[in-house]
Amino acid sequence: MSLLEVEDLAIHFGGVKAVDGVSFTVEEGEVFSIIGPNGAGKSTIFNLISRFYRPTRGRIRFDGQDITGLAAHQIAPLGIARTFQNIELFDHSTVLDNLLMGRHTHRRTNFVQDILFLPKVRREERAHRQRVEEVIEFLELEHYREKMIAGLPYGVRKVVEIGRALSIGPKLILLDEPASGLSVEESEEVAFWIEDMRRDMGLTVLMVEHDMGLVTQVSDRVLAVANGQPLAMGTAAEVQDDPHVKAAYLGTPEEDAA
Amino acid sequence: MEVLQLLIGGIATGCIYGLVALGFVLIYKATEGVNFAQGDMMMFGAFLALGFVNSGHMGLPFLPGVLLAAIVMGGVGYGIDRVVVRQLFGQPQFSLVILTIALGFVLRFVAGTIWGYTPVVLETPYSGRSLSLGGVIIGYEDIITILVTGVLTLLLWAFFAKTRLGLAAQAASQNQMAAYIVGVPVQRLNSIIWGLSGAVATIAGVLYASKGAIDPNIGLLGIKAFAAAVIGGFGSLPGALLGGILIGVVEPLAARYLPSGISQMSPYVIMLVVLVTRPNGLFSQIQAKKV
Repeated sequence: MSLLEVEDLAIHFGGVKAVDGVSFTVEEGEVFSIIGPNGAGKSTIFNLISRFYRPTRGRIRFDGQDITGLAAHQIAPLGIARTFQNIELFDHSTVLDNLLMGRHTHRRTNFVQDILFLPKVRREERAHRQRVEEVIEFLELEHYREKMIAGLPYGVRKVVEIGRALSIGPKLILLDEPASGLSVEESEEVAFWIEDMRRDMGLTVLMVEHDMGLVTQVSDRVLAVANGQPLAMGTAAEVQDDPHVKAAYLGTPEEDAA
Repeated sequence: MEVLQLLIGGIATGCIYGLVALGFVLIYKATEGVNFAQGDMMMFGAFLALGFVNSGHMGLPFLPGVLLAAIVMGGVGYGIDRVVVRQLFGQPQFSLVILTIALGFVLRFVAGTIWGYTPVVLETPYSGRSLSLGGVIIGYEDIITILVTGVLTLLLWAFFAKTRLGLAAQAASQNQMAAYIVGVPVQRLNSIIWGLSGAVATIAGVLYASKGAIDPNIGLLGIKAFAAAVIGGFGSLPGALLGGILIGVVEPLAARYLPSGISQMSPYVIMLVVLVTRPNGLFSQIQAKKV
């Protein structure tokens, strides 16, 4: 059984078919990338999996469970974490607090226990803190632990977002353009992290990315989409050689006319 | 001695402003919206308590009656968000302002229809009794008001600083998308905060009612409480309380020692001075967040 199964997924905004009949499966432990020109519907696929959008048709299954009808807040507890193309962090909180928020669905203590700060609460808090510290160490965020997000450089905020996703303790992590806006060195670092997430943490990675260097380096399989429709699937090399994909990126005389 | 007398009365009144201001801040902290019906929710809560407690009505014992009123008003707050406010999801802030002003009118009308427009008195076990401390006479209701306000503020602070729900509310106010993906049910949380705010408003209303008669228009006090919240920095719970106390203290002192009319203006004068000199309020969160 595949970890994530997307079947004939479609969403139409009025007459615009943002995603139109996309199917793919992501196997456990795989790094799966979705590529495509701007406006191809890549981020929309993510927003459908995150349940921000309700699909017009199609099914999404995670770990055998149909998640198509769930609410957005019910996705994290299943073990699906994500980042956003435009970085969505808690800007007026510290890096540490942002990562700790990732532990939200793992908090088990109740209201009264929390207010009284009982030993049980302290114990649990220590465990969460430890979990978060592991993430901080992994992403080398030690230096920024107590810094407010609003004052951090773009590249660091991008890493913090990955950190928050990891703090959720997911099985599947969705990375929406993790390398966009990053320097060459920073995006190489992202590649290493993705390798480590898969190898050391046993995570499955679903990524949307434009940087073909990164895609080629880390992906087991690649799906190319354009105009909301699937074009080709296979290894990075296969997909890049596909005539449909080339046409979608570079255009063909016939398509230009159309 | 006279000053001390005025001061204590002022602090007690200020606590009530502060509690209503806390209601403003609660909703603002969680949803970034301002509920201009907060004062009317206080009024409605007071009337609910009166309906449960007074001998002419249901005649429940005082404490259970007040608790019941707080719970019912909590439900009303939850329901207002769930049924009405949520429809505005994604609309400009200003539509919420108009909506809540209208909501205030509705609450006033409903209260007037049920309980009438003539001032009525809430029967409390402590009103009218007082304590004499070295020449200063302190009403029981003032002592209770100050104590209850202090405890409630502490609880609310702990709620936001410590509990899973409170932290989630703060997170949601900063970024709803991000809150969703870490598993926070943002809309339900907003409704819970509205409910909480209704319950706090009820307590404020009961404390207000124990100082004198109430009628459906007492909710206009919300405007002063709004000033208090602005003075305190709007995002800050202790700020709201202290803003309320500041107004509560200045009013009677101005009435006693300054020309007539100044007292009524004083809350807004203080608000203007604070806005000009410290635009983020006395206890601004924004300032504290600059690192």
